Amino acid sequence: MESFDFPFFIEVLVGGLLSGIMYSLVAIGFVLIYKTSGVLNFAQGALLLFAALTFVSLLERGVPFWITFAVTLAIMAVIGILIERTVLRPLVNKPPITLFVATLGLAYVLEGGAQLLWGTQVHGLDLGIDDVPYVVGGVFISTFDLFAAAVAASIVLLLTIVFRYTRIGLAFRAVADDQFAALAIGLKLPVIWAAVWIAAGFVALVAGLLWGARLGVQFSLSLVVLKALPVLVLGGFDSILGAIVGGLLIGASEKLAEVYLGPFFGGGIESWFAYVFALAILLIRPSGLFGQRLVERT
Amino acid sequence: MTTASIPLPRPVSAIGRVPTWLLPLAVIVFAYAGIPLFASDYLYDAILAPFLALSLAAVGLNILTGYAGQVSLGSAAFMAVGAYAAYNFNLRVEGLPLLASIVFAGLIASAVGVVFGLPSLRLKGFYLAVSTLAAQFFVQWTLTKFSWFSNYNPSGVIDAPALGYVFEGPHGRYLFSLSVVVALTVFAARLVKTQTGRNFIAVRDNETAAKISGVPVLHTKLLAFAISSFIIGVAGVLWAFAYLRTVEPHGFNLDRSFQILFIIIIGGLATIRGAFLGAALIVVLPLVLSRAGTFLFGSYFDSGVLDMSQRILVGALIIVFLIAEPDGLAALGNRIARRLRLRSPTN
Repeated sequence: MESFDFPFFIEVLVGGLLSGIMYSLVAIGFVLIYKTSGVLNFAQGALLLFAALTFVSLLERGVPFWITFAVTLAIMAVIGILIERTVLRPLVNKPPITLFVATLGLAYVLEGGAQLLWGTQVHGLDLGIDDVPYVVGGVFISTFDLFAAAVAASIVLLLTIVFRYTRIGLAFRAVADDQFAALAIGLKLPVIWAAVWIAAGFVALVAGLLWGARLGVQFSLSLVVLKALPVLVLGGFDSILGAIVGGLLIGASEKLAEVYLGPFFGGGIESWFAYVFALAILLIRPSGLFGQRLVERT
Repeated sequence: MTTASIPLPRPVSAIGRVPTWLLPLAVIVFAYAGIPLFASDYLYDAILAPFLALSLAAVGLNILTGYAGQVSLGSAAFMAVGAYAAYNFNLRVEGLPLLASIVFAGLIASAVGVVFGLPSLRLKGFYLAVSTLAAQFFVQWTLTKFSWFSNYNPSGVIDAPALGYVFEGPHGRYLFSLSVVVALTVFAARLVKTQTGRNFIAVRDNETAAKISGVPVLHTKLLAFAISSFIIGVAGVLWAFAYLRTVEPHGFNLDRSFQILFIIIIGGLATIRGAFLGAALIVVLPLVLSRAGTFLFGSYFDSGVLDMSQRILVGALIIVFLIAEPDGLAALGNRIARRLRLRSPTN
């Protein structure tokens, strides 16, 4: 056995943790909606694609960066409100599987719409961050990954502040806790749902830009949901902290497994490793690391 | 999802005087004797072949999701297991009759289903649904990675063996698929009326109550996975052998799994005929859309635009359906039948 290359191990680990944060960012969009309306929103990936494609297309037409950002955000807000009006409101109180399938249908509509509107070609997206690796003690760390991690961290901070210290945040938490009680004290559920969808649209935009800069803006961008799902299962569908920790765990274990176990399987194991890893942990903790324990009764 | 109770459709006999078995029998007779009178090769190969395979897959998924309440997003994986297993049995076991390789393929799919069903003993609802994605990705990876499964074919796309005997040509393949589908559907329809079927429903409606009434919950869940995967595996064989006539892993991707889920939701959960109604809609709709698209816009739009519009329409239709008829086409049919019966003066 050759000697264990420790700096290399650290490099893989750090790379994994940083890409894990990118998974968390997608997962947070899910958590927002699941927490307040109990919907596993499969369309989050399609939202992400829609946001990134709209952003890139506007940017390519010469619109300045911040105006593009604002316009895209506004479009995402309109889409969020539309989704709440046309899809979720008529399906209130339906079984979760019905809602889930509705978001699958929604994903088809958004993916088709985005590409019908802006075309199917691959766009490059340059956020103006030079990807020069930092060298810390012989370990290479990508600047872009660090930037993405910083963005993700500030989003989480922002969400935490909104949830903790604002009236709308308080309303969010009330709805998440108990919808009937929230209704009873006069909170307007549709308004809150619309707000949550707008927030999810904002997270989708940011995640879409980061992922788009990494992978190019194209259809496969909507497949990042498949990376976020094991993160969600691991962290619990209703926990933002869980999404972060889950993302870090999945990111790190996936990269380590790819490097150290992959050769034994002939490579390419990242398509399923995250799922199997999440499953293994779930067998010990069935509602995820941070998910609410459900008390079963009917 | 555990508490999501889906009302069982009332049997027709409870409302009118027509016995429940009459309609299915009439449909079967029509499928064997009526359709061949007018069917063209196009109808057989492009519509009926995928329709039959998808209907059967939907019947299988409906046992697991509709009756036993365990949501699965990995149906296409079990179809793939069935198709590849049948191919390999046929290839590697000298002199094995085709029917036997199909049955063995179903059993292999069943075994794989039980393995990926194990998480259902601990996980519920969406946690389980997402974990079934593990099956989807793992199976697809295995089949592409290890070329033993595709007999070291460099392209990974292999020709399915001919069905043989009288089952040649579009009509023969249709009869073959139809017979397999009828046999397994009758089995499924009987199964859900037995004690086992009731156990499935009990587990779906209230696991705790089922446990208290003496239903072996864990055993029942695994049995649901086993039976469902058997049927879905055989559906995979039909898909590969009778429809595509090639075996390739890409035909069994996540989109296929979603498609089968759409079918049972649109058709109606926990109904056997819902699987067929839903499959008919899902198979015919894209064909109608592309025909209508070409007719209306001609060559004005390229195929990419048409693809996208189709995606939008299918997605929108699913949403509209869920809103307008959440219990599916089967419930819609029941309502129409009831209304007709109330209007008819003889009743």
